[in-house]
Amino acid sequence: MTQLHSIPHSGNITRAELDNGIVVLAYENPAVQSVNLMGSLHAGSLYEDARRNGLASLTASALLTGTRERSFDQLHSALEDNGADLGFRAHVHKLGFSGKALAEDLPLLMNVANDALRNPVFPAEHVERLRGERLTWLQYSQFDTRWRASRAMREALYPAGHAYHYSPSGSEKTIINLDVATLAEFHARHVGPRGMIIVVVGAVAADDAVSLAAEAFGDWRNEHQPPKLAVAAPGAVANSLRQDVFVAGKTQSDICMGSIGPARRADDYLAAQLANSVLGEFGMMGRIGKSVREQQGLAYYAFSRLGGGHGPDPWTISAGVNPEHVERAIASIHREVERLASEPVSKDDLADNQSYFTGRMPLQLESNEGIASRIHSMESFGLGLDYLANYAELVKDIDRGDLLAAARHYLRADGMVVAVAGPRQNGA
Amino acid sequence: MTPPTQHTLPNGLTILLKEVHSAPVISWWLAYRVGSRNEPTGKTGISHWVEHMMFKGSPRFPAGTLDREIDRAGGQWNAFTSMDATKYFETLPADKIDIAMRAEADRMSNALFDRDETESERTVIISERQGAENQPTFWLQEELRAAAFRVHGYHHEIIGDETDLRTMTRDDLYAHYRAHYHPANAAAIAVGAFDSADMLAKIQKLYGDIPAGAATELFVRPEPPQQGSRRVAIERPGKTAFCEICHRAPAATHPDWMKLKVLDAVLTGSSGASDNKTSRLYAALVKSEIAASVGASLTTTIDPYLYSILITLRDGRSPEEAETALLGEIERLQADGISESELNKARKQSRAAFAYSTESVTWQAYWLAQSFILGEVGWFDAYAARLMSVTATDVQDVAQRYLAPSSRVVGWLRPADAQGELA
Repeated sequence: MTQLHSIPHSGNITRAELDNGIVVLAYENPAVQSVNLMGSLHAGSLYEDARRNGLASLTASALLTGTRERSFDQLHSALEDNGADLGFRAHVHKLGFSGKALAEDLPLLMNVANDALRNPVFPAEHVERLRGERLTWLQYSQFDTRWRASRAMREALYPAGHAYHYSPSGSEKTIINLDVATLAEFHARHVGPRGMIIVVVGAVAADDAVSLAAEAFGDWRNEHQPPKLAVAAPGAVANSLRQDVFVAGKTQSDICMGSIGPARRADDYLAAQLANSVLGEFGMMGRIGKSVREQQGLAYYAFSRLGGGHGPDPWTISAGVNPEHVERAIASIHREVERLASEPVSKDDLADNQSYFTGRMPLQLESNEGIASRIHSMESFGLGLDYLANYAELVKDIDRGDLLAAARHYLRADGMVVAVAGPRQNGA
Repeated sequence: MTPPTQHTLPNGLTILLKEVHSAPVISWWLAYRVGSRNEPTGKTGISHWVEHMMFKGSPRFPAGTLDREIDRAGGQWNAFTSMDATKYFETLPADKIDIAMRAEADRMSNALFDRDETESERTVIISERQGAENQPTFWLQEELRAAAFRVHGYHHEIIGDETDLRTMTRDDLYAHYRAHYHPANAAAIAVGAFDSADMLAKIQKLYGDIPAGAATELFVRPEPPQQGSRRVAIERPGKTAFCEICHRAPAATHPDWMKLKVLDAVLTGSSGASDNKTSRLYAALVKSEIAASVGASLTTTIDPYLYSILITLRDGRSPEEAETALLGEIERLQADGISESELNKARKQSRAAFAYSTESVTWQAYWLAQSFILGEVGWFDAYAARLMSVTATDVQDVAQRYLAPSSRVVGWLRPADAQGELA
């Protein structure tokens, strides 16, 4: 049993709310020599126009190309000369950042994060180079069967105009039209302190970490920030939708199946997570892994995942199979989905997965990054800082009926999108 | 940090223990001295396939029971086959580690290798290879290895050639297992929250009665010296070109290996610490807009392997341009060496990377296991000190000796003219 003192909770996390709305959370981990800095703010792809898809992501990537204080080389020398690392990345809802350094270099890491977020100048030559790199990556992705299957599934599941229809990375068509002025405008309007979370975990005194964050970010204001946006779930897919994507020169086909899942704050989120574990996670990739890989030998990987973020992320099932086995694998997965949504899981299945969910916590809290990620989630999703301390009880309170109800609510074999990317199949 | 203690059981099993009490977790590893370098033609991929079969059960732990037991305990378990070794691990809450210790003791000698399970796993492994084939760089790297090693077992991919995966039998796999899975060819490693005396007693009880087995004869064929540069060219459907340039590198225990590690930090940056936008090759290739990215690999191997630099080209740029720019940087390094500030940066990055890698007991145990495989159990613990002793002169010296044209293998992957389309 994990001892309470090893779990972050309201009694050992220092939480401070700055005047400008930034929430700072610090947790001391004296067992290590390093420190992790993690955070987020409301500037994801949700805030961009679909015609400028990729804008939030390119803006996030360009934050470290030059500031009013530092050139590109000075920014990266400050980090790399000290073995530190810092990166910014836009998701659908949020712009996230994560960095690490030796504990002695936290002031430097905080200073560079502050400089990049508040003072970027988006030098034209660096933004242009960044765009070229992004275009290369997008072109490469067009020949990546996993990427293509995943994109085809999402584009069919969420209609055009819905924020989840688009990749935060953008597309070749939209990235090419983004210029420095557009990035600067997006930054000026959306990147600001309101809704921002900063988490520090590592071998530093919590009070010192909070003071450093307050010193760096406390005087930041941005009156242009729009209100936080929410995303509604689209209508369910009426009938099973099939998308086949031919990709030249491939040996294997990738299958990606999906339906709309719960947001993290949904009442049945934890029940759905347990149901997902039974379906495609527990042991050797759950029931799907047992059927598709262990019993039939059709695939090296076959698993399910539940997103569960700030909005209606998809509940997905993925498998990589020989083109000859695509239909057999899909039929097997459909059978397992139907079974999960029509029969209660066994008492043993429920007990196994409850034990798995609670037992894995010590491993998840082993590193600075793991601890920071969970503290950030508690704050970001409004779960309360005692969520982890109460987690075992929450999991224990879920029964077999809850799993069945969640599976029925979100999964329907005849209402899933099925996308297949790979070599042309016979008859396709 | 407490150094590891080493013990050897009468049956030859090496034991490495390291107490780390930062979290209530233990990582338990079994490392066997057999990998893809020990596979003759016709049996390529056998070490990896045997690794898969070790998850298919024994009379005491039928297939699926350990998956369930370990997940129920909130643990992680997996295995890796490398060129030099096959490693199995479980990381669990400290009070549940007995499951892992019993499981590994059992499957050291009692794995079933059921015939039906073997056939089912054949298609899984072929699927694993076919999944890798979907990545264009897999084809480039497979050809580069084959060009670099004409004789040595590093010649083939760890996953094996598809023709061998289709023809090997259950009995071939079982013979490989019986030949290499015994105490004298293995080490047991524990890192985490335990008392060393108690842990040693448990290991003696669980592993002490396993028969020592016959001395293992490893199939190894030394690679003769390379007699000049070699080239391979691949064409695959796609839009992205790649250039990969390899030079023969020393074994990890050779004094020159760490000098090359510092050289790599200067050229491409210290991996694990940053994304290296101040490295020389980032400036020469990415800033110059020839490449979208550049990265390098210097692996810790028993025998001399390769120092490889992989360049992903931007749209419209050619492998020729990347090769010219890269070789220009190598020549500059050979002629002018490195600065003290570059050396100091590599040292600080190394210290940071070491700190990050010791946050997790799993990662610490991995490096202890790898040190055993390399034949020096103190290899990882001495890593930082050895790196600090490298001088700027050392780096210039290894640049001149190891990055010579005569030990070079150049690979180009050019995109073929094919388009994806909606069916």
